Amino acid sequence: MKTVRIANGQGFWGDSLQAPIEQVRRGPIDYLTLDYLAEITMSIMQKQRARDPRSGYARDFVSMIEEILPDLVERNIKVVANAGGVNPEACRDAVVEAARRRGFGGKIKIAIVAGDDIMERLDDFIRRGVELKNQETGEPLASIRSRVQSANVYFGGRHVAEGLDKGGQIIIAGRVTDTGLSLGPMIHEFGWAPDDWDKLSAGTIAGHTVECGAQCTGGNCLIDWETIPNMADIGYPIIEAQKDGTFVITKHDGTGGRITVPSIKEQLLYEMGDPREYITPDCVADFTTINLEQDGTDRVRFSGIKGLPATDLYKVSVSYSAGWKAVGSLVYGWPDAYKKAQSADRIARERLDRLGLKFDSILTEFVGVDACHGALSGPPSPDIAEVTFRMGVRSEDKKAVERFTREVAPLVLNGPPTVTGFASGRAKVEEIIAYWPALIPKKEVQAKISVVEA
Amino acid sequence: MARVKLLKLAHARSGDKGDTANVGLIAYKPEYYPLLVELVTAERVKEHFKGICLGEVERFEVPNLHALNFLLHQSLDGGGTLSLKTDAQGKTYSAALLRMEIDVDDAVAREVGS
Repeated sequence: MKTVRIANGQGFWGDSLQAPIEQVRRGPIDYLTLDYLAEITMSIMQKQRARDPRSGYARDFVSMIEEILPDLVERNIKVVANAGGVNPEACRDAVVEAARRRGFGGKIKIAIVAGDDIMERLDDFIRRGVELKNQETGEPLASIRSRVQSANVYFGGRHVAEGLDKGGQIIIAGRVTDTGLSLGPMIHEFGWAPDDWDKLSAGTIAGHTVECGAQCTGGNCLIDWETIPNMADIGYPIIEAQKDGTFVITKHDGTGGRITVPSIKEQLLYEMGDPREYITPDCVADFTTINLEQDGTDRVRFSGIKGLPATDLYKVSVSYSAGWKAVGSLVYGWPDAYKKAQSADRIARERLDRLGLKFDSILTEFVGVDACHGALSGPPSPDIAEVTFRMGVRSEDKKAVERFTREVAPLVLNGPPTVTGFASGRAKVEEIIAYWPALIPKKEVQAKISVVEA
Repeated sequence: MARVKLLKLAHARSGDKGDTANVGLIAYKPEYYPLLVELVTAERVKEHFKGICLGEVERFEVPNLHALNFLLHQSLDGGGTLSLKTDAQGKTYSAALLRMEIDVDDAVAREVGS
């Protein structure tokens, strides 16, 4: 039976620059998939495009492709990435230009999966009663319409497969689900029907397992973490997929990290909601049907996966401006480090009060004492060597947040003693881009898939 | 009976969806899974995360993985970019759950070395 090797080389925008290159060069693969998009990424890219109509995508994708182009062409490796952001056409044009510059004109075809960007259509939807209610609060989108910065539908593996069916060797998508990047190649290679829910669920679960890159090969792995071999050279994951919906998760020979049944279980549960209803555009996968077995060193085999029919809704990701925030910190040293940090907190709050500043939220954490686990951490040692006082505020009023940033650093001179860690300067005011999850009937949105030759 | 930390019986991973944190709790051995099902209830987890989890706790059983999945609603100060927390994604809540202590048979306690 044919085995298709689908490698993940990027778990988020900002992941290892080297990983995709190693995935291509350190062993056999048929596909390289890369996930670039998080909710906040789309709003950053919208802002970039507003300034320059030829931007709004993951630029580092283009330089990475340029480096591996000879390998891709020589070994016919296909690439699937949601690097297109809010401007897949511009991303494609940049890749085409890079390919021609490197002498690969006429040698590689590039497809885009677009149509996910519904920013321009929001008013039309609202007028026609497509409310795009917040899935968590039930509020209609109209309540924040003027503050919306990006709005995208999540397409799935079927849309990626269509780009491959049309002959694309590099598939550049906008907002395609992370799982769809890996499922797409399986649909294309194996010809899985749109209602073969068990197979589509298997491919979706394979995609979920690898979508966070090295987090399924020993990275961020709690079990036996100290004995995980050679983490400096950790291998990124590879799906060995088969037509019957079974697959193995593995990595290239000679790389570091570890793949065992327990380490895979950790990743399966990552960002999990109801394990019987993992909803994607392609299907509803049931994680309680997975059968796992160790299949040799650093190989875990998946079988038995069942799924349910897809819903008739797409998920929509809307980002919107939701005020301002700033976080400042100082480090207090022994003796009485915690007491000094607590004193600084009281002083800072009193000064903010006197200034009459109002915030939607003020949060103080004492890093080294309770920042991660709150009261569960228990009291710190009275002899604790140092404590970081970390205070943050959030407000719709930018001026109040700006004023706050002037109140932390002065504590070095006008607060408790043996304090340091102010070298990074004043706290920075950041715009808060919040996320609005919603649903939309599938019939409202059509993917636009096209192919060009470099 | 003896009291042991979940850390001895299970491992875990956590993540976020908006203002909700999820914690997947995985038994080290299939024999420990029924203990988790019986003793690590949604109510106990809600009590354990008092002051952190301000909303409901939902629990899902994943028997094939010998695991439980918990959703801790309203636990991340708004979540995502709204949150002022160091751990805005609840990445360390996995270990926070492993601090919980449960009562098990002496034989189990001896086996896990506590």
